[in-house]
Amino acid sequence: MVSTVWRAPAGVAIRCLAAIAGGYGLAALVAAACATSLPTGRVEAVLTGMLLSTAVHAGVFLWAFAARSAWHVWAGLLVVACLPGTALLLAAR
Amino acid sequence: MKSGFRQSMAWLHTWCGLWAGWILFAVFLTGTASYYRQELSDWMRPELHAGAQRAEAAQWAVTYLNVVAPDARTWLIELPEARNRSLRVGWSDRVGPGGFTLATLDGSGAAAAVRKTAGGDLFYYFHFDLLVIPFRLGRWLVSLCALAMLVTIVSGVIIHRRIFADFFTFRPGKGGRRAWLDAHNALGVLALPYHLMITYTGLVTFALMLVPYGADLAYRGDRAAFQAELTGQMWPGPKSGVAAPLASLLPMLEQAGRLWGGGLPGRITVVNPGDAQARVLIARGDTDRISTTRQTVLFDGASGRMLAARDAGGLAERSWGVFYGLHLARFASPALRALFFLSGLAGTAMVASGLMLWVTKRRAMAKLGLRPPRGVRFAAVLNIGVIAGLPVAMLALLWANRLIPAQLASRDRWEFYSFFGVWAVALLYPLLRPNRAAWRELFAVAALLSGLLPVLNALTTQVGLNATLRQGDWAIAGVDLAVLTMAPVFAALAVRTGRPPRSAKVSARQVEVAS
Repeated sequence: MVSTVWRAPAGVAIRCLAAIAGGYGLAALVAAACATSLPTGRVEAVLTGMLLSTAVHAGVFLWAFAARSAWHVWAGLLVVACLPGTALLLAAR
Repeated sequence: MKSGFRQSMAWLHTWCGLWAGWILFAVFLTGTASYYRQELSDWMRPELHAGAQRAEAAQWAVTYLNVVAPDARTWLIELPEARNRSLRVGWSDRVGPGGFTLATLDGSGAAAAVRKTAGGDLFYYFHFDLLVIPFRLGRWLVSLCALAMLVTIVSGVIIHRRIFADFFTFRPGKGGRRAWLDAHNALGVLALPYHLMITYTGLVTFALMLVPYGADLAYRGDRAAFQAELTGQMWPGPKSGVAAPLASLLPMLEQAGRLWGGGLPGRITVVNPGDAQARVLIARGDTDRISTTRQTVLFDGASGRMLAARDAGGLAERSWGVFYGLHLARFASPALRALFFLSGLAGTAMVASGLMLWVTKRRAMAKLGLRPPRGVRFAAVLNIGVIAGLPVAMLALLWANRLIPAQLASRDRWEFYSFFGVWAVALLYPLLRPNRAAWRELFAVAALLSGLLPVLNALTTQVGLNATLRQGDWAIAGVDLAVLTMAPVFAALAVRTGRPPRSAKVSARQVEVAS
C-alpha cells in the first residue's frame, strides 16, 4: 500500500467533509437554482433540479478524492458553486 | 499525475465500498427479492384464491364500501392486475393521501379471511427503511450508501483498465485473492448498466426527501401542492349534503382506457361518495408502461361525466417517471423481470465479493508482515453474519409464515421478530466459531431451510407444489421452485467456504501489484 501525504488523517477528514457535506451543499444549491430560474413550468424546473442534484453530488464526491490537495477540493467547490449561486440570487431578487 | 489519479480512485473505491458494503449487500439482496414482492406476499397468504376480474372488481368494491363505509369522505380502490390477485379497498374520513383503513377482498367480493403477514412487503420496506431504526434515519442512511455505491461504481470503472479482458478472466485455481478479484470484476462488468441504473434511479425515488429546497422555493414551502401537481391529484370541495347515488364505474373506466390508448386503469379514488358533489379520479396503472408518470381522469361521480384529464407533462417529468418506473420495474414482463432479478443477484454478489476481497487481501498482507491488519477480524466476522446470515434470516421469515398459527392476532409482528431475531443470532454466531466453520454452518442451515421449505409448505397448506403445479398456479409454485433452486447453491457455498484455500502462498510482488 503506497502512502501519500494526503492520506494523513486530517487530509482524509477534510476530503470526507467536502465529499459528503460540500457535495450535499452544491447538490442542494443546484436543485434550488434550477427550480427558481429555469424558464420551464414549475414542476419541470423542480424535477430537473432534483434529477441533476444526484449526479452533482456523486461528481463532487469523486472530485474530493481526485483533487491534488484538500485546499484544491474546496477551491474547486466554491468556483463551481458561483454559477448556481448567482442564478439563485438573481431569481430571488 | 495520471497514476496518482488512478491510485486515489483505487483508494476511494476500496474504502467507500467497504464502509457502505454491508448495508449495500442487505439492500441489494432484499431489493432483488422485492422484484417478486407480489408473488412472495401471495405465497405468504395461502388462503387467498385467485378470481377477481378487473371489470367486476370495481363494482364489487363499490358494493362492499357502500356497506362498510357509506359515510366516508374518501374511498380507495386498487384494481387487481396480472401479478396481484387481490382487490384492495380503503376508506378514510379525510381527503388526501394516507389515513386509510384497508381491507382485502377475495374472488367473491367479500373481505378475505387471510392470515396477517409481514409478506414480501418486509423485504421491500427493509431495502429502503432498514426497519430497525427510525424510518427517516433509515432512508437517509440507505441514500448515503447508494451515493457511495454510485461513487464506487464510477471509481471502479476508472481504475479498471482492462474492462473487456477481465470479463473473460476467471482463475479460481489461482488461490483465494485472485479468484475473488476475478469474480468481483466479472460480476461488476457483466451487469454494469444495471448497477448504474438501479443505483441512480433508487436515489431519484428519494430526491424530494434529500433535496426538497427546489420544491420548497418554487412552491413557497407548500410541498403538498408540488406533490399534488406532480401526481395529478384534483381534489374537489366539501360535500353538498344532497344525496345522490354513485354512477356505475364501468363506463368511466372504459372512457379512461380509451383516452390512454388502451392503457389499464390502476387506482380509483372516490371523494364524497353518495353525495351530489361526488368525484371519481381514475389513475392509470403502471404495469403496462415503463413510466410511472401520473395520468389521471376526473369524473363527476353522480352523472359519470368526464370533467378533466391530466396527461404526462414535459421532458423532466417524463424522465422522472421513467427513472421511477425503471426502479420499481412493475412494467416488466416475466422474462424481463427474471433478467432484472438475475442482474440484482449479480449486483449482490459483486458487493459480497468486494467485501471478501478486502479481507482476503489484508490477510495475505499480514502473512508477509507488511502491516498489521486493523479491523480485519471485525470485517471478517461481519462478512459472515451479513453475507451468509441474511439469506438464513430471509428463509426464516418464510418458515415463520408457515409455522406461526394462522389465527394468531399479532402473527405479523412475530414474523418480523423471526426475521430480525434469526439475523441477530447469525450476526453473533461468527464470534463464537472459527471463520471457516461459521461460513460452512450458516450456509448449511440456509441449504436446509431452502431445500425443505417446499416440503413444509406442502405439509402445512393446500398450496404445496403438488397442487400448484397441477393447477398451473405459477406465482405460488414459482416461489417454491426458486427457493428449491437455491438449496444446491447454498450447499455448494457451504462446501466451498468451509475448505481451506488451495494456494495460500503469495509473493510480496503480487501484493504490491494488487493493492
